[in-house]
Amino acid sequence: MATHTITVTVNGAPRTAEVESRLLLVHFIRETLGMTGTHIGCDTSHCGACTVLLDGEPVKSCTMLAVQADGRQVMTVEGLEKDAKLDPIQEGFMQEHGLQCGFCTPGMMLTSYALLRRNKQPTEDEIRHAISGNLCRCTGYVNIVKAVQYAAAKQQ
Amino acid sequence: MIPATFDYHAPGSLADAITLLDKLGDEAKVLSGGMSLLPMLKIRLAQVAHLVDIGRIPGLDYIKEEGGTLKIGAATKESALERSDLIRSKYPILLDTALVIADPIVRNRATAGGNLAHGDPANDHPATMLALGASIVARGPKGERTIPVDQFFKGLFTTALAANEILTEIRIPTPPARSGGAYVKLERKVGDFATAGAAAQVTLAANGTIEKAGIGLTNAGPTPIKAVEAEKFLAGKKPDDATLQEAGRLAAKATNPSADRRGSVEYKREMARVHTVRALKAAIRRAGGQ
Repeated sequence: MATHTITVTVNGAPRTAEVESRLLLVHFIRETLGMTGTHIGCDTSHCGACTVLLDGEPVKSCTMLAVQADGRQVMTVEGLEKDAKLDPIQEGFMQEHGLQCGFCTPGMMLTSYALLRRNKQPTEDEIRHAISGNLCRCTGYVNIVKAVQYAAAKQQ
Repeated sequence: MIPATFDYHAPGSLADAITLLDKLGDEAKVLSGGMSLLPMLKIRLAQVAHLVDIGRIPGLDYIKEEGGTLKIGAATKESALERSDLIRSKYPILLDTALVIADPIVRNRATAGGNLAHGDPANDHPATMLALGASIVARGPKGERTIPVDQFFKGLFTTALAANEILTEIRIPTPPARSGGAYVKLERKVGDFATAGAAAQVTLAANGTIEKAGIGLTNAGPTPIKAVEAEKFLAGKKPDDATLQEAGRLAAKATNPSADRRGSVEYKREMARVHTVRALKAAIRRAGGQ
């Protein structure tokens, strides 16, 4: 069995582990590191529940090998809160009822967080385009868009 | 879903990667963005003994114009194409294409080279590259060779690349004045493969007739299809509605789709026809015609 020792910086902290070649990044995060904020939805790169940021850009961690993240920066939903203070995107989802069952929420927030880094004042179309790879089965898109707009306004 | 076990290699240079592929032969598969290969390994449609990850090789990620040619490095992400000012201003057909490949998150990993090298007729770049008359640069143990894209797709998931070759660059001739191109795709939802898709690249003569037309079709048969009859028919013609409709009919005749959840053979043929006409109209508009 092929194994590799990898070091991935997760939410700012370097994490080293010996992993199988075939271990998926999402399993590394959830099982090796025990951080279960990142969800597994469809497991086929459609739904976006497993979205994390890789060097600042959203990626679907169910369709990436842990070894591919060796030496790189990963941010998960656990990394949004800083010094016991919620990120504006988290606040937005809370204030605008951006979640119902909450399953898609970690992925939705990370995709939106990355969008707001690139585009401080996105239009509704730009928000909808950015989250088009994140599916909400409660279909709560109207409030998700409002949550992102709340965070954008808050960050002005 | 977890792939069957394999050995993972991450060579630091193209030369090392080629040496490795040469040694491992059919046992190995090249991993780029992994957006097609990893799902196939996960659902075990494919199984490999070795994965050679070219994602850590520097110098394969660029978009530049040089001597009348647009050069796209194989590892260029679809999201980079989407955000490139050069692509947005001068190659809208490539922007059309990048924008409908999977979804924005997948496009942060998916590469232009991988989209072609995977040899999947459902991928979107092949049709566009067929319409543009692109060439594929492949490097192997004996050096580099250039393959015209209309000789690149050999069968379902099979390309002209040898087991020890790596696709390194896509070359597209910079279109002359009075040229335009467009890609249109019918998809059930964001991220789906095409029910039908058509790419058209047109150059108009000074008198407004069609000097040259290139047409490529997505998911219309076991390989990406170049609608040669329709292309020939258009040359020298005035781009009026009757002419474009006839080109659409000829393009649909070249298809050989199979029925699946996206539709029947008849429906897919009809959609190939309709989308060929739409792509041609958009291309002609962008070329400055009617």
